[in-house]
Amino acid sequence: MSSPYPMVSVLGILIGALTFAAGLIWVERRLLALWQDRYGPNRVGPFGLLQVLADGVKIFMKEDWIPPFADKPVFILAPAIIMVTVLMSFAVVPVAPGIIISDLNIGLLFILAMSSLGVYSVVLAGWSSNNKYALLGSLRAAAQMISYEVFMGLSLMGVVLMAGSFSLSVIVEAQQKIWFVVPQFLGFVLFLIAGLAETRRTPFDLPEAESELVAGYHTEYSGMKFGMFFVGEYLGVTLVSAMITVLFFGGWLGPGLPPIVWFLLKTCVLIALFILVRAALPRPRFDQLMSWGWKVMLPLTLINLLITGAVMLAWS
Amino acid sequence: MLSLLKTIWYVFLHAFRKRITVQYPEQKPYLAPRYRGRIILSRDPDGGERCVACYLCAVACPVSCIALQATEDESGRRYPEYFRINFSRCIFCGYCEEACPTYAIQLTPDFEMGEFHRQNLVYEKEDLLINGPGKYPGYNFWNIAGVQVGGKDKGQAAHEGAPVDLHSLLP
Repeated sequence: MSSPYPMVSVLGILIGALTFAAGLIWVERRLLALWQDRYGPNRVGPFGLLQVLADGVKIFMKEDWIPPFADKPVFILAPAIIMVTVLMSFAVVPVAPGIIISDLNIGLLFILAMSSLGVYSVVLAGWSSNNKYALLGSLRAAAQMISYEVFMGLSLMGVVLMAGSFSLSVIVEAQQKIWFVVPQFLGFVLFLIAGLAETRRTPFDLPEAESELVAGYHTEYSGMKFGMFFVGEYLGVTLVSAMITVLFFGGWLGPGLPPIVWFLLKTCVLIALFILVRAALPRPRFDQLMSWGWKVMLPLTLINLLITGAVMLAWS
Repeated sequence: MLSLLKTIWYVFLHAFRKRITVQYPEQKPYLAPRYRGRIILSRDPDGGERCVACYLCAVACPVSCIALQATEDESGRRYPEYFRINFSRCIFCGYCEEACPTYAIQLTPDFEMGEFHRQNLVYEKEDLLINGPGKYPGYNFWNIAGVQVGGKDKGQAAHEGAPVDLHSLLP
């Protein structure tokens, strides 16, 4: 089920994802303000919508400074990696029937692989900055991503077992009768937490903890290189929300409205949930984060997998 | 775990609360009468300058932003020849107002003093002087101070008896 016009899909998803991620900067500020009894940016254009444009112009005009003590090639490469890996992941996300760039039969594994590669961006950024705060941030990022990636992959295996495929569009089709969030509720919660950690958002924003590490791994970055990390983070949020939509909430399936509207609607609700979690929860201590990941989440994931496997076995 | 979910829910409920933001340029914030803003020099009810150029405000000022020069008019009444406040230094602490013995210098609830050039923030006496008595209507330092000044002798101030004759032995 590949797209009839591949280039249209590629450009559409690329531009769509980038616009969405840039727009999220405004959405996040407005929503955070909503939950903090404020208005947020509402001056530039209608509802402050042009704030995105103003921010973009500002970040392009800024001095693009590479510190003399930095490892220059790696320093420049790092922000590119995060953009490339996240945008590559969007290639296998089925937006609607026919609107998908590449319907890989191992789509899910591809996304997991790409998000693992994304860790390089953060680690290299911190390492090449030659700055103690940046290094501490990237150390934390490496430890956090490795420990949370383990159960991120495992938490999805329940879905894969039920759908019988790694292909994302097959997984969506398998949810015709019931969304996987119902039989795989534990898997959904685990993946949501892992997704939060994977995108390095509060409460798992220890790699860039402003109150302790200045700005963590991107302390030394400025101008559009910093902007790439920023947009990369929002692209990550969009990607994880789209993933949850596809894997647990039936992707484009839904009554009445056209499929693409359903997909975008569900994704937007999940993004709002991500922002709500950021508005509500504080950041844990680092050892708490690690022990929570290894001692609670990993066993829970394994139990979930075990039960799903046993039920599937008994069923067939 | 449950407490985390409760926190998220309570934060979500804040979406329906009243906003606390004041949309500033259109909607002015309420400023208390004793708000410490732009500094002014007030006048007597008769319209004379209250400032007696005692330099106490300049001394009290922690950032030394007040500069003045005392002088006297023909009646012997002291007043500042010039009085200059550099608002680019002023920290609006209100110490000058507290130090002033004649209620001349006062802070007002006005903060809209933005300028594009730093030099424009240096206010001269004619910028500072207002036409009224400010926060203390009816107060006139010269009418209650036992100071000899043009036309008014010692002991002629309000609530004041004639000065004691030091050369008399009578009680």
